[in-house]
Amino acid sequence: MSEAVGVVGVVMPKWGLSMTEGEIVEWLVAEGDTVIVGDELAEVETDKITGEVEATDAGVVRRIVAEAGSRHRVKALLVVLADPAVDDATIDQFIVDFPEPPEVEESDAAASAYETMAVGDLQIRYSVLGEGPAVILLHGFGGDLDNWLFTMGPLAEHHTVVAIDLPGHGQSSLAIPDPSADGLARVAWAVLDGLEINDVDVVGHSMGGAVAARMAAQQPDRVRSVTGLAPAGLGPEINQDYIDGYVAAQSRREMKPVAAVLFADPSAVTRAMVEDLLRYKRLDGVPALLGGLSDVWFVDGAQAEQAQVADELAALTKPTLIIWGAQDRVIPASHAESVKAFAEVHVLDGAGHLVQMEQAGEVNRLLVAHVGSGAATTP
Amino acid sequence: MTTVVGTRLITYREAINEALDQEMTRDPSVIVMGEDIVGGAGAPGEDDAWGGVLGVTKGLYGKHGDRLMDTPLSESAYIGAAIGAAASGMRPVAELMFIDFLGVCLDQIFNQAAKFRYMFGGKAETPVVIRAMVGAGLRAAAQHSQMLTPIVTHIPGLKVVCPSNAYDTKGLLIASIRDNDPVIFCEHKALYEEQADVPEASYVVPLGEANVVREGSDCSIVTYGMMVGRSLEAAALLEQEGISCEIVDLRTLSPLDLETVTESVENTGRLVCVDEANPRCSIAADVSAQVSRDAFGSLRAGIAMVTAPHTPVPFSPSLEDAYIPSVDAIAGAVRAVTS
Repeated sequence: MSEAVGVVGVVMPKWGLSMTEGEIVEWLVAEGDTVIVGDELAEVETDKITGEVEATDAGVVRRIVAEAGSRHRVKALLVVLADPAVDDATIDQFIVDFPEPPEVEESDAAASAYETMAVGDLQIRYSVLGEGPAVILLHGFGGDLDNWLFTMGPLAEHHTVVAIDLPGHGQSSLAIPDPSADGLARVAWAVLDGLEINDVDVVGHSMGGAVAARMAAQQPDRVRSVTGLAPAGLGPEINQDYIDGYVAAQSRREMKPVAAVLFADPSAVTRAMVEDLLRYKRLDGVPALLGGLSDVWFVDGAQAEQAQVADELAALTKPTLIIWGAQDRVIPASHAESVKAFAEVHVLDGAGHLVQMEQAGEVNRLLVAHVGSGAATTP
Repeated sequence: MTTVVGTRLITYREAINEALDQEMTRDPSVIVMGEDIVGGAGAPGEDDAWGGVLGVTKGLYGKHGDRLMDTPLSESAYIGAAIGAAASGMRPVAELMFIDFLGVCLDQIFNQAAKFRYMFGGKAETPVVIRAMVGAGLRAAAQHSQMLTPIVTHIPGLKVVCPSNAYDTKGLLIASIRDNDPVIFCEHKALYEEQADVPEASYVVPLGEANVVREGSDCSIVTYGMMVGRSLEAAALLEQEGISCEIVDLRTLSPLDLETVTESVENTGRLVCVDEANPRCSIAADVSAQVSRDAFGSLRAGIAMVTAPHTPVPFSPSLEDAYIPSVDAIAGAVRAVTS
């Protein structure tokens, strides 16, 4: 098969570990349009979520292969980008030669993607994707590793990406023996020890951001860089109504408006997303567990002292990246001011608290450029 | 030890067994009664119980012993005993086997259990669950195949549940056992082998909350039980024709989550009610009437009902297949209201 110079195929992305196919909802470009890297090409819907496929290269949209309304396997060719100089016959041949992706059963895809590991008395669920220098991803309060469904694939192209369910979250054990930032950071280190991973870039969202910073403070010699996405621990404010609403919500009707607080665009909240949240929240003991966690992290409507990490981050002198959604309604983006002196700070418009889902393309570009930029000092 | 919260594929039947097992472990006042649920266990040549006529409670006797009770072949006696036990502090789960046997124990259910809370000034609670198989499709003929959900739904004081999948089954049965009112828990026997992803840990799916199992914009399909799967199949067919269906799985028929139903109809403007019961005074008829009253202004077409015909369930396999509302019948009704 000849490699056509200057011809690029954009394929169905893989969002999340269980995704096997997606549907093209609509094309946002037409044949003949010129696009640059990051331009949104099409809206794609999966069982779980709707998102945008972005251009991975610049070029002219030469051929839309996948019609709006059609479903395609992950890695199936959706659209061909090329220089206008490339002739149509070359484009035709490129499409003919493009490899057909294999069929994967959803349950197989998910089963092979998730693992569990014993950490003390706890079972911790985790997922490892890709090869290269390691990155660990830590979700926030009430979240799970699927919060990284748009993040893991792109990062895994050049890294070993480890995402975990923190204790009491996702499908890890329903217990949080030490709910402090220190305690959660020790669990994350234990998972990396179990995987025999030494040096790591730490990335955390919200509560997980403070945990990531605390990981770096605990074992600075093993951490190359720190990234916080709307991280906790950089200031006192927290939307306590959101936290309390999330802990209390038991029905779809209660959960939907709570989940909407996480996004700049509330229409991002799908039926499947609310159902996934409820499946976790319905488990015996979860509301009490989250209530207990909330008491340790959020006291009298403010973020607790035990999880404040701005001074530690300043002292660490690690490359630090902070990304915030400008429309964050859980932790205000103004907290980024406290680290501007030493950190690279980006406040992204059109994103709320779950910035890595709502502005996935931009967050991924910033993350890929940032991780690996530093060095651990392990001999 | 900490709780494991992994999920795995298990059947609807296994989900019932697991819910009973976990609730019996959690709460010593939970007892299980029924015909042949212990059946022969411990006797020479028998290692385990029959676990009831279709083996749902198999394995529980070995774990919980005398808290499972074989009863005489007298529904009037043991359903009455279960209700009495509930009124005096236990949480019995009685297996009525087929809901078709409701007739011989109906007084105990509708004139006693359903009334206690009201007739004793709110001081009496009757936390009994009566599990019963419903529905056609197993060639079990007219006296073992009925969908009698409308009869029990009609009676104030009873809660009525009819799950469509293994995940809901476990959570709804646990909710029913923990509920302080009598619950008629209707299990569709044709779904017993259907698998779903179910957490190992205990969880509650609240009574009175419908589930939007598919979002759509052109027509709402409101249904429950085995008809949920058929409605999903119909929706997949219709999608290829450019018709987008929203499917509401009622999950519990009493209390009825009318708010979710009307919200859906307000969005789609059209309603097809799919019910495996006979049409007169059915769940479909009830929902249709209430939507007409509450959301008439949102309707852009008349409401359609897809139900069994007004006849007993036939024994002839070809007639039985024609009796149960089919995917084609559901798709046809949606086409009619959207055309």
